[in-house]
Amino acid sequence: MLAVAELYKRFAALEVLSGFSLTVPRNGFTALVGPSGCGKSTFFDLLTGVVAKDRGQISWLGEEVDHLCGVASYMQQKDLLLPWLSLMDNALLPVRVGKGVRKGEEEKARALFRRLGLEGFEGYIPGKVSGGMRQRCALVRTLMFERELVLLDEPLSALDAITRRSLHSVLLLLQTEFKKTLLMITHDVEEALLLADEVVVLSQAPMKIRERFRLTSAKPRKITDPELMGMKEHILEELQEELNHDAV
Amino acid sequence: MMRSRWVSLALILVILIVWEGYCRLFQVPDYILPTPSAILEISVTRTSLLLPHAAVTALEILLGILLSLMVSIPLAVMMFSHPSIEEAVSPFLVASQSIPVFALAPLLVIWLGYGIASKVLMAAIIIFFPITVSLLEGFKNCGSEYVVLFRLMGAGFWTRMRLLYWPWALPYFFAGLKVGVTVATIGAVIGEWVGSQQGLGYLMIQSNARLRVDMVFAAILWLSLMGLGMWKLVNVLERRVIRWK
Repeated sequence: MLAVAELYKRFAALEVLSGFSLTVPRNGFTALVGPSGCGKSTFFDLLTGVVAKDRGQISWLGEEVDHLCGVASYMQQKDLLLPWLSLMDNALLPVRVGKGVRKGEEEKARALFRRLGLEGFEGYIPGKVSGGMRQRCALVRTLMFERELVLLDEPLSALDAITRRSLHSVLLLLQTEFKKTLLMITHDVEEALLLADEVVVLSQAPMKIRERFRLTSAKPRKITDPELMGMKEHILEELQEELNHDAV
Repeated sequence: MMRSRWVSLALILVILIVWEGYCRLFQVPDYILPTPSAILEISVTRTSLLLPHAAVTALEILLGILLSLMVSIPLAVMMFSHPSIEEAVSPFLVASQSIPVFALAPLLVIWLGYGIASKVLMAAIIIFFPITVSLLEGFKNCGSEYVVLFRLMGAGFWTRMRLLYWPWALPYFFAGLKVGVTVATIGAVIGEWVGSQQGLGYLMIQSNARLRVDMVFAAILWLSLMGLGMWKLVNVLERRVIRWK
């Protein structure tokens, strides 16, 4: 279980986090949605250790850590593939940086390429393939990290609607097939409702949990499900309120 | 591309024709301004004289490039890894650039002699600055998200240098190298002017003293062709190394 308790962070006069707490169960999938500028990104920066927290605890599987560097893998909106390496070499990067590439690792990467529909493109450089394929490759790289916890920072928001839809099922694989624990930031309420077990609606800074929705229906879900549509409407209204609140 | 090439060719041709015509029309003596055709002729017919001198100058430039790489690459890496070193060193770097190499040439010849060493050092001093600065700029330009990604992988500084910063900075490095090789000839030739027994700069000074202005021009022509050749060479090298652009 990932547990964050009483996290504080302030930048000069701006209080971004003031006692923020959150838990994600092992092999769970939690999505955070919030108005832009609410502090989601800062929260992830604190988790990854890019920015130091002022106060608070972060723990993974009951063990307290300073940050999740070395614990979690991370996937962003940008695929962050190195343009000079082939897709295969990009995917193997975590292994290469770590203990060095062994035969088994390459086999594993090949299997993942097959699983994610990238077979035959192992030798291509990122500049020669589509955005969707690049993001799939970034996903293979994320899986090569061998870390149970995966942080997703708007991983699909740079992609077009059709590609995004096909990648939703790939993200679901992370939970079902690869038994990862996932924490995702997204702007896309539909995406959150389709993928997550729990959707957390955030308030404006200082960031607080405004409401949380537990979703128990089986995946893959359809957004046309009346229950989901009701929730979507509700969440969008809440986000709207947060924005208006901020404007006043 | 093709069109601009034709335009530049036409421009050169026009200049040469005007030059040739002027010299012939006003019967300008050879020792003041020789005609382009005479320069071209002597450049080709006296290859046996020009070639050994050109080879010496080329060697000086090549060694100068190697020497400056040996200093500027480690220095750029050091300045990048320790910002305090950058802060300490960069004022000296900038100040060193405001000293004209012409002023250093006589000193270097006194210290290192009339041989090749003083010219190599002159060339190296000129090349060193653009390479160091552009390489450092390239390292710094590396996207911070990539650095975060590498940190999450548990990569230390040297791993990041090998797999991330260095390849990232290569286009910058080549930009600096291109500037470097084109100006390197200046360093070598000035060194040869001040004191030497061989090289295109030496040939220029000797010919100038004997009013063989045509030979001076021939040496200049060879020199500029050498500069062009090296620039092309770096371009070819760049395209081989940087395949992803």
